[in-house]
Amino acid sequence: MPKLFVKDAPRENLVVRGARVLDPAEGIDTQVDVKVDDGTIAELGSNLPVNGHRVLDGAGLVLAPAFVDPHVHLRTPGREDEETIASGTQAAAAGGYCAILAMPNTEPVVDSAAVLGALGEQARADAEVSVGFLAAISKGQAGTELTEMAELAEEGAVGFTDDGRPVVASSLMWRALQYSSITSRPLAVHCEDPTLSRGGHMHEGTVSAELGIGGWPSIAESVMVERDLALAEYEGRTLHLMHLSAHESVEALRRAQAVGIKATAEVTPHHLVLTDEAVRSLNPNVKMNPPLGADQDRQALIEALREGTISCVATDHAPHARHEKEVPFEAAPFGVTGLETAFSALFTHLVEPGLLELGTLLERMSSGPARAYGLEAPRVAVGAQANLVLLDPGASWRVTEDGFRSRSTNSWLLGETLKGRVRATIAAGRLVHEA
Amino acid sequence: MGDLHVMRDDLRPPDPPARRHLISIADLTRDDVERLLGTARSFERALEREMKKLPTLRGRLVVNVFYESSTRTSSSFELAAKRLSADTMSIKASGSAVDKGESLKDTAITLGAYDPDVIVLRHPHIGAPQLVARVTEARIVNAGDGKHQHPTQALLDLYTIQESFGRIEGLHVAIVGDVLHSRVARSNIQALALLGARVTLVGPPPLLPRGIEAMGCETTTDIDAIGAADVVYVLRMQQERMQEGANYVPSLREYTARWGVTPERLRPGQKVMHPGPMNRGVEIDPRVADAGDALIEMQVRAGLVVRMAVLYDLLTTGPAAVKAELPVEVA
Repeated sequence: MPKLFVKDAPRENLVVRGARVLDPAEGIDTQVDVKVDDGTIAELGSNLPVNGHRVLDGAGLVLAPAFVDPHVHLRTPGREDEETIASGTQAAAAGGYCAILAMPNTEPVVDSAAVLGALGEQARADAEVSVGFLAAISKGQAGTELTEMAELAEEGAVGFTDDGRPVVASSLMWRALQYSSITSRPLAVHCEDPTLSRGGHMHEGTVSAELGIGGWPSIAESVMVERDLALAEYEGRTLHLMHLSAHESVEALRRAQAVGIKATAEVTPHHLVLTDEAVRSLNPNVKMNPPLGADQDRQALIEALREGTISCVATDHAPHARHEKEVPFEAAPFGVTGLETAFSALFTHLVEPGLLELGTLLERMSSGPARAYGLEAPRVAVGAQANLVLLDPGASWRVTEDGFRSRSTNSWLLGETLKGRVRATIAAGRLVHEA
Repeated sequence: MGDLHVMRDDLRPPDPPARRHLISIADLTRDDVERLLGTARSFERALEREMKKLPTLRGRLVVNVFYESSTRTSSSFELAAKRLSADTMSIKASGSAVDKGESLKDTAITLGAYDPDVIVLRHPHIGAPQLVARVTEARIVNAGDGKHQHPTQALLDLYTIQESFGRIEGLHVAIVGDVLHSRVARSNIQALALLGARVTLVGPPPLLPRGIEAMGCETTTDIDAIGAADVVYVLRMQQERMQEGANYVPSLREYTARWGVTPERLRPGQKVMHPGPMNRGVEIDPRVADAGDALIEMQVRAGLVVRMAVLYDLLTTGPAAVKAELPVEVA
């Protein structure tokens, strides 16, 4: 079984009063009180008795299943100056998440049961919200030898990925797909042909032409998407495509799903909100891998998320030390943070302008990602563990450096005022965030 | 007990002008460009005198910081500052703390402690001038940031064209060669478009950036297109930027055969320009480089007076009647 780890602490007794309860997967959209006994949803109803439970006032707020982030870099082990399991899961709690999946591109790489086991122990002590760990596909993520995937799966790896870099050799990807039939865990792929992206720092297009910044063609992603889909079809295995950014990739995925290839995909808030025009600011906090696309790409990603071709929102939360980002754009590392701003960014830029229904957004941030990794989805149902988020659609707030729980502040939203705020997060039956 | 002074508004010293920088041609208006070219012309006349030093920027400090090698740009900025009586200091990346891994930010803060009035910066990355502007009080002149901009080169090229043709508007300029890696090309496309010239880019397909037409130019891979131009602007084949195995061109031999600017590909009266340094026999035939129709040496001389004009412009309030202000007296 895939394992999720969380701090062991007393569960909550509480009642959320008067909120609009919205759980698209369960088909619920009604104003109702929700009672939680010892961390488990005990009752839905009107004017529920309090019985000494703590009361959260939900008037004017939305109560929904808490979010699941399928793509987080916790930088532990190795770069604890940038993020730790404690700080990363506190950031997740502030963002409304009850579970996050951590990537294995750490120092050392999570490529052995020993490293994975140690991380699990640490998470059991420090994690505010549940954490699952992906293990590497190749030893040291060097792209040559497979990791001991069966043993890693037994140790609880949620999936396998070489994220941060692509699996370059088609033969290795093929073997990994074959082997995944005995692990029953999805392979998650970072699609990038490095011979095409080499020297690139931003999307190749009119903006890169004008700025003279090395262009990264969208086909660097889509040719790998096409390759991996072809391999997955040949082996009849499941594939999860990470952080899609190009309209060509979306079209390839749509064609593949139409012929029955088992592939899921995720998209980040920054690819849904920004385009390569943002790079004109030369702000290193709009530099990420894959790079921000053209408006055509953004529109295709929004449409794919709406129709469900892409079923997950993933932050690709990638903390970086301040001094590493305080350099010219081309010298800066790829990656931005996102856990604490994902909901508000998408509520502000997609829901408010009418590009996406609130219910669809909530589903893509919660049960969509859970399903992609075969995890139990958070839901508002009697008997389910309380994994809930209380959202304030009317609130607006300013994103500032001192407001982050994350150890890093490389957010693309610094200084922006966002609408929609996470008021409370209940994760694994515990109230882990209140604002 | 002190006297109470009431200062009349019109006697109050004016607020210091906002700190200005020259980072990109895109930041300039046509008026700005014409003012700078006019100032440069005044300086050119002043330099015809026997004593060539003007006291205009006495007491000012101009610091040249070059993270990439340069001969003509660094020397002309240094001479420009000296001709205007400013103090100058030149720092090269090699042999400085940069070699010891110091970040651009820390180097800039260190230099900023000397209170320079102007920092002239050449750096391999776009955005470096903005970073230095953020952490110092100096005015920044971009002397080349990566493949992005080299605005003083474009200004001196405009000056050269203006002196040679008496106008810029309506002229047709063909820019030939490695546009992809060229900050000179990007600055010139914008500068020429701003002044109403028509620009055609000519080169091998991989060296013509996808989407560059949006900057207001045409592109073609056909070298014969240069025949229609008034000015043929030859770019340097930047071999140092060619990554191994990138295959932008199969070989320099093939490049020269297909896109080299030779006397046979020019018609009489066409003017030829090159930002230097030239690879004779690669992008430009030596016979073209040495012909009377080449404006290349004129470009170098223009570089001095245009850079004097830029330093002067940034350190004064701008569109003053430069000629009237130039004192005859010399330092």
